[in-house]
Order: sequence, then structure tokens, then C-alpha cells
Amino acid sequence: MFGKLSWSAIPIDQPIPMITSGVVALVILSVLAWVVLAGHLPYLWREWITSVDHKRIGVMYTLLALVMLLRGFADALMMRGQQAVAFQAQGYLPPEHYNQIFSAHGTIMIFFVAMPFVIGLMNLVVPLQLGVRDVAFPTLNSVGFWLTATGALLVNISLVVGEFARTGWLPYPPLSELTYSPGVGVDYYLWSLQISGIGTLVAGINLVTTVLKLRTKGMNYLRMPMFCWTTLASNLLIVAAFPILTATLAMLILDRYFGFHFFTNEAGGNVMMFMNLIWAWGHPEVYILVLPAFGIFSEVVSTFSGKPLFGYRSMVLATMAICVISFMVWLHHFFTMGAGPNVNAIFGIASMIIAVPTGVKIYNWLFTMYLGRVRFTTPMLWAIGFMVTFLIGGLTGVLVAVPPADFLLHNSLFLVAHFHNVIIGGVLFGAFAGYTYWFSKAFGFRLHEGLGKAAFWCWLIGFYVAFMPLYAVGLLGMTRRMQHYDVPEWRPWLLVAAVGALIIFAGIVFQILQLVVSIRHRVELRDRTGDPWDGRSLEWATASPPPVFNFAVTPVVSGADAYWAMKVRARRDGASDQSPDYKDIEMPRNSPTGFVCAFFATVMGFALIWHIWWMVAAGMVGAFATFVVFAWRDHDEYVIPAADVARIDQVNVDARRALMSGAV
Amino acid sequence: MSDLPLEPHATDVAPGDEGEIQIRARILGYVVGLGIAIVLTITSFFIAGTDLVWQPSIPVAIVVLAIAQMGVHLVFFLHITTGPDNTNNVMALAFGVLIVFLVIGGSLWIMSNLNQNMMPMDQIMQMQR
Repeated sequence: MFGKLSWSAIPIDQPIPMITSGVVALVILSVLAWVVLAGHLPYLWREWITSVDHKRIGVMYTLLALVMLLRGFADALMMRGQQAVAFQAQGYLPPEHYNQIFSAHGTIMIFFVAMPFVIGLMNLVVPLQLGVRDVAFPTLNSVGFWLTATGALLVNISLVVGEFARTGWLPYPPLSELTYSPGVGVDYYLWSLQISGIGTLVAGINLVTTVLKLRTKGMNYLRMPMFCWTTLASNLLIVAAFPILTATLAMLILDRYFGFHFFTNEAGGNVMMFMNLIWAWGHPEVYILVLPAFGIFSEVVSTFSGKPLFGYRSMVLATMAICVISFMVWLHHFFTMGAGPNVNAIFGIASMIIAVPTGVKIYNWLFTMYLGRVRFTTPMLWAIGFMVTFLIGGLTGVLVAVPPADFLLHNSLFLVAHFHNVIIGGVLFGAFAGYTYWFSKAFGFRLHEGLGKAAFWCWLIGFYVAFMPLYAVGLLGMTRRMQHYDVPEWRPWLLVAAVGALIIFAGIVFQILQLVVSIRHRVELRDRTGDPWDGRSLEWATASPPPVFNFAVTPVVSGADAYWAMKVRARRDGASDQSPDYKDIEMPRNSPTGFVCAFFATVMGFALIWHIWWMVAAGMVGAFATFVVFAWRDHDEYVIPAADVARIDQVNVDARRALMSGAV
Repeated sequence: MSDLPLEPHATDVAPGDEGEIQIRARILGYVVGLGIAIVLTITSFFIAGTDLVWQPSIPVAIVVLAIAQMGVHLVFFLHITTGPDNTNNVMALAFGVLIVFLVIGGSLWIMSNLNQNMMPMDQIMQMQR
């Protein structure tokens, strides 16, 4: 009846997961109880859960990322703690638990923190920057978000029911095959990624179509803000690369569920095919993450230097070059696994070449700041911190791109330090910059600056204290994923790294505080003009938070930095008194399709993990029925009358006029 | 989203959005496409089993017919044309072909190289003998 599921699946004998999940369940239940008792449920359902508004979906993606960041960071603290105490001792985490923690940490940080964070920011901002009212496929967008949430939910269920993979964040066979991982851990990994992978693919298709097909009048490709370009490149990579991941994991699923031999040791299987395919997805994946961050830094640096982006066209070229070259370097992840010198040399050279467009970008940002009037706000601090930190990460990256050096450094903590250096220093700093920069656009009030700066300094210093020792200890020969060790030379470095993790923890505490304080002081921090940073692109041309239709009248663009040009024109010619010509606006209706689909996908995923076949069938039928019901809907749009548009827009127009007269 | 202004220079439209649709011309297009596709399919099966042509050329012939089949599908069913309203589709196709080429070509190269280098010890010994 319940497949492999029984009461023994719940790890009652292990205090750490039980207490943690107990606390988390208590928090979730009390939040739910508060929502229901305070009567917020209808509001939540109407305005958020069923929303197809790209801004709301973007906010929900970001929220998911922030919550999962806490989970992933808790894992990180536990690992640093374990390695700090496990010198000639077993530490406090038994090996099978420690292995699950490092696997969950990587999986969560990449798939459920970094991905939703950048996709959330792209969703929130790109349609606004393009000057349009919505994304290309609003309901599909909601489906994509909820499927991502399903994946995150399944990973977290594994904490209480059963176990998670012990294979590392990429389940290399033969370890991940049924022979060596007979439990449900790898299945949790596989199904949560298959389901959230569909969500990501859907989000990618949606954003590519949005950038290619929905731009406001006059928004040529070469007038688009840089963030739109990096969004285009990143989502092209999603569309091209995620099918490889899905196919590879599907083959592993066939091996595990139906006795196939794609990646087994016996019967003609080839484990190296898994390494090859997973990295053919995996390397584009890191650029999927970092390209949007590059876009955010371009916007931030240009805004806070008060100058147009230096070398815009070279930046576009560099972005698209990275988009293509990122598909030519994947072998550098397994230089040491048997390829010959000619293959290693070619992929090594390609890996060094890809650093060139990235270097172009760094120079562009530096020259944008050069002779600019730089304002050192929190987003700008993240950007400068990024430039320094990412440069170090890039240089160590070029170092490990040299095959002979990689033979020394492969699988050592040097490598771990390198990719944390580029992912924290690149992606995460970018996401935090974007979060601070666009928070006021999403919610109508700014984040507290002082606490934001405190958080930045803790993160920056904490990062260096935590990861520079890992470079050193990697050079001293320590491999990654060690549950305990006996080498006294490593100990001091690991103790320092643990202190660094605690400093980062302080940064996260400051970020939580910043959010709480900002919400409490939202009246003082209110952004009445919609343009708190003196911005340059079109998202600042509308109110904060923008009305559901984004722009009462869609703007007409006649050059780069569209909103800056409008402000210059208004200051020169004076604001026009003419009332705009408002028209009725059609907007897509909200739809529970995404949520219902994801509900059935969760049921199906859980059932697949535990081999409960009747439940699999029920989930599949439910998801398909949801799709049929949605496909046969009669009306999918509603009309906002011109009079309402005018009334809503009046506030924004008045605020702008006041801003203009104040500025003159 | 009816009042969304289209970009002036890009008149690319989504399939199904083309305004007035000439049903007859479109059906003719699909029928011709189907006809050619069927002919190509039958030819492949015929070639595979015949001894009318030089035997070693059969794989090449089948590859050629397969590529022709792809072309027919692209032109008649997916409506890839060289028209200015089709730039996005052509670019997407080119990008897709490039990535497929890189991933499949790269995989073949990498895997054959690995197989050569990581041959089981007894086979290496045999080769050295």
C-alpha cells in the first residue's frame, strides 16, 4: 500500500534532524495558524498564491531563495563546526549524516537559493525595464515558480521522512546507483530536481520570449538595459542546458528504477558518460547564475556612478560570447578522470579564453566608475565588494583551468574555495545588490541603509576569513568532504574558517534585522517618487510598487538609458501639463493552475520516491486534469477601464511633477 | 495585451497570431510537406533493404535522406523561412544546432578519448604485444 514507506523512515533515533524539523514544523504551523486565524488566507490566495503578476511571482521566487538560504547556511555552519572539532576525533556528526549535509548544502544552494534568487529578480525587473505590462506567458510563469517550490519542499521533506543523498551535490555513479545507494536519498535528489527543473525550463522559455517579443515601442535590442541582455543570455542557456540535466537524471532514474545500465559498472554501462553529460549542463549552469548578476552590477554601477555604462556594446558582445563559449569548456571539471593531453589542452585553453569576456566586463565597470560621482550606497558596496572578490575567484579559476595544476588541486579544498569565491562573490553578492536595489520598487519602501552596510561588511569579511584558509588548506593537500582528519597542520586553518562562517552568520542576522527594521519603519522609508536612486532605466519611471499594469501608458523609447533621457528632457522643457491619453487595459486573470499543478507534482514526486504507485497515478492524473481544465478556459483576461487607470496613475504623475520641480 | 505596441522594425509574429489565415494555402502546404515526408521515409526503408545500390553507400544515403527529412519538417511544418519576420526562429534554430553540435560532437570526442586512455589493463597489454 505505501511502497517502501514505513515508520522506520522517520529518524527518531537522530536528535539533530528530529529537533530541527520539529522546530521548523512548529514555525510553519504557527505561521499557518496565524494566517488562518487573522483571516489573511483569502488575501494570500487571491493576491499571491494564484497571482500571475510577474512582480508578485518574482517576489515569491526571491522569498523562496531567502528562506532556503537559511536552510543551506545552517548546513554550512554544521559542516564548518564538524571540521573544526573533528581533528583526530569523530566530531558530532556521524559520517552518514555529514554526507547528507554536504550533499543537501550544495543542492539547496545552487538549485533553491541561487536559481530562484536570480530568476526572481529577472521576473520582477525585466518586464519593467522593457517597458511592458507583463511577461509573455503569465500563467506558465506561475506554474514554473510553484514547480520550483515543489522541488524545494521535497528536499526538505527528506529531512524528516527518510534521508537525503550522500553522494555530493552531483550524484556521481556508480555511488549513486542502486547497488551502492539503496536508500531513498538519491531518489529524493532526482525527483526534486526533475520537477524543479521543469519549472526552471518553463521560466527560461518565458523570459527568452519576453525579451525577444515584448519590448515597448522604440526599445531596440541595443537600447535594452544591460540586465535585459544578461537575462536573455542566461535564459538562452537555461533553454539549451536544462534539457541535458533532465535527460541525464532521467537515465539515472531508469538505472535505479528499471534496472537499466546507462551508468552502471557492469553490463556495458559507462560512468564517465554521466560525468560528461552532467557537466555539459553544469558548466553553462554557472553562467546561468552569474550572467544575471553581471547584469545587476551593470545597472547598479551605472546608476550610482551617475554615468551611462562604459562600453555598452562590448558588454553585449562579452555577454553573448560567454553564452556560447560556456558550452565549450565542460571537460575542465574532469581533467583528471582519464582524458588525454590533447583533449585536456583544448578544454583548458577554452576555459582560459572564457575569462577574457569576463575581464572585459570588469574593466567596463571600472571605467564606468572612473570620473563618475560615485555614491556609496549598499548596492554599490556589494558591487565593489564583488569586483575585488570575483577577481580573486576568477584568477584562481584560470589557475585550475591549467590541466597540470588541476591534477594537483582537483577535489581539494582549493577547488571548494574557488567555486565559493565565484558563487558567493559573484552570484550571491549580485543577488544581494539587486535585492537592496530593487526592494523599494517591489514594496514601495527602501531597506534600512545602515543595517544593510553592516550586513555587507560582515559578509565580505566573513567570506575572506572563511574561504581564504580553505585555499591554503587545499594547497596543503586536504580533500573536500572529509568527515574527520588526522593532519595537525590543517587544524588552525579550519578553526579560522569556522570563525569566518560565524562572521557570515552575523551578516545574515543583520540582513534579517534589516528586513524587520525596514518593515517597522516603512513610513519613514517610503519611496513616494518611484525613483529613489536617481535611476536610468524604465523600471524607475513607474510608481513603487508599480500598479498591476506596470505602466498606465506604455513608454516610447528613443535611446539608451530611456528613463534618464526622459528626466533630462523634462528638466530642460519642463514637465508637460498634458494629461496622457489613457486607454482600457487588458490584463491576464489570476489562475490557481500553477499551485494546483505543483500540489499534484508534489504528491507524484513523493510517491515516486517511495514507490507508492497508486499515488503516482493519482498525482499524474491530477496534474494532467489541471492542465486540461486550464487549456479549456473561456476567458483569461479582464479589463481595467481607462478611468481607473487614470485615477491610479494620477498619484504617480503628481509625485513625478513634484520631483521635477524640486530638481529644477 | 492588445494595445501593446509592436516594435517598429520587428514584425515577427507568433504562430497563430498572423491575422487573416489563408486556410487553403496552408492546407496545401501541409499536404505537400506530408507527401514529401512520406516519400523520403519510404525511400529510406527501401534503400536499407535493397541491393540496387552499392552497399557501402547505404549509410550515407540514409543520413542524407534523414537530413532532407529534417529540412522538410522545418520548412513545411515548423514554417522556418528566410523572410524578415522569421529572424528569431532562424536564430533560435542556429543556436540550437550549434549547441547540439557542440554537445554531441564534444561528447563523442571526449568519450572516445577516454576509452582509448582508460582501456582495461589486459587490452593495453594485448596492444603492446
